[in-house]
Amino acid sequence: MENQITVKAFGLVAEKMGLENLLLVNPGTTQELKNQLVKKYPELQSVKFNLAVNKKMASEQTDIPSGAEVALLPPFSGG
Amino acid sequence: MDRFERQVILPGLGKSGQDKLRKASVLVIGAGGLGCPVLLYLAAAGVGRIGVVDGDEVSLSNLNRQVLFGEKDLGKNKAEQAVAFFQNKYSDINWFAFPEFITVSNAAQILKSYDLIIDGSDNFPTRYLVNDACVLARKPLVFGAIYQHEGQVAIFNIYHHSSNYRDLYPTMPSATEIPNCAQTGVIGVLPGIIGNLMALEAIKWITGLGKVLDNKVLFFNSLSSETYTVEVSPQFKSRAAAPLDWEAYQAMNYELACEGIEQLEWDDAFQRAGHGTLLVDVREPDELPPLVCSVLFKAPLSDFSSYLDQLGDAEAVFFFCQSGIRSQKAALQFKAEYPDKTIFSIRGGINALKTSQFRNG
Repeated sequence: MENQITVKAFGLVAEKMGLENLLLVNPGTTQELKNQLVKKYPELQSVKFNLAVNKKMASEQTDIPSGAEVALLPPFSGG
Repeated sequence: MDRFERQVILPGLGKSGQDKLRKASVLVIGAGGLGCPVLLYLAAAGVGRIGVVDGDEVSLSNLNRQVLFGEKDLGKNKAEQAVAFFQNKYSDINWFAFPEFITVSNAAQILKSYDLIIDGSDNFPTRYLVNDACVLARKPLVFGAIYQHEGQVAIFNIYHHSSNYRDLYPTMPSATEIPNCAQTGVIGVLPGIIGNLMALEAIKWITGLGKVLDNKVLFFNSLSSETYTVEVSPQFKSRAAAPLDWEAYQAMNYELACEGIEQLEWDDAFQRAGHGTLLVDVREPDELPPLVCSVLFKAPLSDFSSYLDQLGDAEAVFFFCQSGIRSQKAALQFKAEYPDKTIFSIRGGINALKTSQFRNG
């Protein structure tokens, strides 16, 4: 399909979403992706996580290129 | 032949690498699920001087993963028991136990005499506290953390342009947001693997062998056996919340900072003060100097809950106290009652207010 992205969820984010991998139509930016995900999975609202686009940590506003892999990476605290 | 023969014959490490290990000093913060394997392998590899920081006692539920301890250690301090374990094992390492938790007051002193710091702690406030101390002390930091079946490893702060924990996670998560091992459980092997990856980063950094995870963070999933490495770069914006010097560091309260109370400077507070804004003094009535200001409201922390209703009419509330700690506690209580208000704690409290600014109020 045209301009899809792969979303990979880690840790608590994967737990709240109930899945680790997801194919989505590219929302264009990381901020928009986050908005869409929170809308679809309201439990994500309470979790802080960072996004990596094609294995590079992204700031809040980063363009997502076509076919990109976006990882949702929450912090872990355990030791 | 000595006990390091198998390392000395290894291409790339050799006698010079072994000498570097012998001359190195490493501080391990937390002798728990991560700290235990880190210590086992650093000691076996021959790191010459090792310090262990932990104020906690060994408990029965620790024993599935904290492999330095056994039933005889229950109730005893982890740092001291870890050091006792190794003193019977190797005679060529100089050990030091710090049977206390690392805090803003003792961090500078504890870090001072070590070349490399390893964070195996188990909570967010300590992770930011250790990170900021390493930045101020210009010490490299090996970082590792786990969650259920996943782990993260990185090395921070080794060069001027290296990233640190704040670049990875600019927003401090609340201490209770992500459940810990006590709540979610863990198979002991996972911290074993992540702790070994941390020990490996330490040995690589000390000896110069291979490439370390500088400006990178590695994720490991024990259920899929997959790794995922992400590039991180310094984010100057995210570092703004970090203390700039030791004085500011000692005034930090990491537990409260992790709860998300935002801080405001006096200048900004005066600029923003206006209709619908309250400047709330949470000091006790006898504390000096008083602040004279048209939007001032006094709500001493000792009786704070009785003022909550009156404060509820304001749209924005700026709390201050003598040094900026109690005001964060007040802000936290207020936020629990009124989560949608604009809430700030004034950084440094009345102590940070310059004489010239008194007039502005």
